[in-house]
Amino acid sequence: MKLLTANFLSCAVKACKSSPLSFPLHFKDAELASKSVPYNPILLSNLLPRLDWPALVTSSSELGFTLPQQKPEITPFTPTSSEDGDAVMSGAGEEDEKTLRMLHKVLMETEVVEGKMVCGSCGFEYGIHQTVANFLLPSHLV
Amino acid sequence: MFSSSGFFIHRCCALIARKKSLCEITFATTIIYPQKRSIITIAAEKMEEASSSVSALPASMQEYLIHFAQVHETFRKPELESLAALFNIEYKLLQYSEKSPFARIALRSNTDAKLLISRSILGKAIYELWGSGHTYPEIHADVKKRTSDLWHLYKTCSFRFSFECYNGNRTEPKKKELIEGFSYVGFDGPIRMKNAQETFTIMEDFEATSIQETDRLAALNLEEKTAVPSCNPTHLDEPHQLYLGRLIGKSSRAVVEIYDLKKRNYIGTTSMDAELSLVTANMAHAAPGKLAYDPFVGTGSFAVACAHFGAVTFGSDIDGRMIRGTKAGKSLRSNFDQYKIVDRYGDMFVSDLTNSPLGRFGGGNGDRSDRIFDAIICDPPYGVREGLKVLGSRDPNRPKAPTIIDGIAQHTLRDYVPPKRPYSFEKMLNDIMNFASIHLVTGGRLCIWLPTADEDTHEFTIPTHSNLKLESVCVQSFNKWARRLLTYTRTSMEHVEEHNGIATIGNTAADEVDSVEEKQNRTANDLNIFRRKYFEGFKTPPSSGDSGGL
Repeated sequence: MKLLTANFLSCAVKACKSSPLSFPLHFKDAELASKSVPYNPILLSNLLPRLDWPALVTSSSELGFTLPQQKPEITPFTPTSSEDGDAVMSGAGEEDEKTLRMLHKVLMETEVVEGKMVCGSCGFEYGIHQTVANFLLPSHLV
Repeated sequence: MFSSSGFFIHRCCALIARKKSLCEITFATTIIYPQKRSIITIAAEKMEEASSSVSALPASMQEYLIHFAQVHETFRKPELESLAALFNIEYKLLQYSEKSPFARIALRSNTDAKLLISRSILGKAIYELWGSGHTYPEIHADVKKRTSDLWHLYKTCSFRFSFECYNGNRTEPKKKELIEGFSYVGFDGPIRMKNAQETFTIMEDFEATSIQETDRLAALNLEEKTAVPSCNPTHLDEPHQLYLGRLIGKSSRAVVEIYDLKKRNYIGTTSMDAELSLVTANMAHAAPGKLAYDPFVGTGSFAVACAHFGAVTFGSDIDGRMIRGTKAGKSLRSNFDQYKIVDRYGDMFVSDLTNSPLGRFGGGNGDRSDRIFDAIICDPPYGVREGLKVLGSRDPNRPKAPTIIDGIAQHTLRDYVPPKRPYSFEKMLNDIMNFASIHLVTGGRLCIWLPTADEDTHEFTIPTHSNLKLESVCVQSFNKWARRLLTYTRTSMEHVEEHNGIATIGNTAADEVDSVEEKQNRTANDLNIFRRKYFEGFKTPPSSGDSGGL
């Protein structure tokens, strides 16, 4: 489970969807792994508008990362027609680059291998095993 | 997600499709019979007939020739349209027929031509058209007319001539003789069979077109390859159509080999073959920087295909074993390692579409928008062997309390398996459409594979949704049944506002299915028309209860 994905998920229990406490889910007993993957600025600049920043700050802090309180402003990326197909940020300043590198590490390179995600509303615990989270509900919650 | 382990029929088609893509062999004759054509197919053919004569070349455009693979014919044009839309390329098909691998197309530039073909799976290559004709004297005259002012450009570069015959063959000496026939172009550069700067290809189409057109079309329908020249009464000794083209760009068709299921580390019984997975990813506009999601990910056939084209992919399945794999080193993720696309592995999780964790409180607009994905692609389980399942108890009167044995709430155990109940295919379709409407960004695409019984006796209704615009319908026919790839585009925001409210964005008619009745002990057969027909051998005429909607 990546922090990126956690930013899109809330409690699967229908009754919790109306509670602000159901998002984000809170990490518990998280065992982290870090894997280096190629930096992808096109992806990050596309992702940024879709992120719920306060929720990301919360989840990140639960895993020991400190992010700025305010969502960083990044000049929208326009794909350049570079022949070799390499992802190049056109017109990205040094600050933008730094922010994107940090986001890359948090969103794409860090993963919860084992642990739990807990709903702040109903307290249901979703297990994470071998990086795969399980959101199946017992019949009394369906 | 819905249970998806071991659907025999699904596996069958994966195998058939795989085999077909591998060698395009003739065994397909034994399983593919003439199909009664649906309204859609007939309409498509009518359109095609209209365009089978060569249309005029629009001003400021140049004429190109696309060499297609003669497989999955109903997918070829939609794939091309999809890629043109993805790259924002203006084009006009001047001549296209599902019976021929050669199509004429007008484009603005060589750059556009190269880009358009670059991702194609069903196209092989694109050529600048140097000439065409029914006979060699005709083509020579046309080449001289069209290109004599271009010959000097290629006077000194290295070059080669190659040959492509469809439904016919030439001996090597004959090929050489025919190539020599073009010597008037006066190229003096070195001939290189490898890495030549320019490749010129003579293309010959041997397929006859005139005799018993309708019957032959019906008989051949999808499998042109089954018409072996020697036993095809309409086959001619001489090609009826010739082209000369200068190679501009090659497609991604070679990638199909790389993703071949036979060489894939981890596959399951429901894995979609590489060729159609990649075509689906093209239809879904999977591309760098985009997010794709497969709610019935299984062993991840679509996930790797989308990742190949650069999208970061997410997936879920009701069966976690499919994702994790059975033994070490054999998991969905290991395929991403194998293909070196692990940077595009988003996340995989275990969930059920009817109780999905995707979405956030306050979702719907602004920063908290639930519109996360650029593409949603799926091949939902057809439910033939086990019947479709979603979370929940079969017994609607079961008390809403945790099951406790020896003081332990059973659902807290790691190996706990939650109860599941049968579900209807129609309802699931409806869930997918609604889910896509909520979670796709504007312009995002939904690709969904649907099984359908023979149109002979069973009507096929294309599912609709007020926020999803149908882009194309592609058909893959099997004996007595078919499956279709439907592609939709998420329309802009306005439609959402008409419907006000998050939970009820753009409802479809099937929402009104009586859920109380459904939750009761109905059998998988009651809930899944396709499954019932499958076990009835697709024989019975539709009963009064069938309203299509498969």
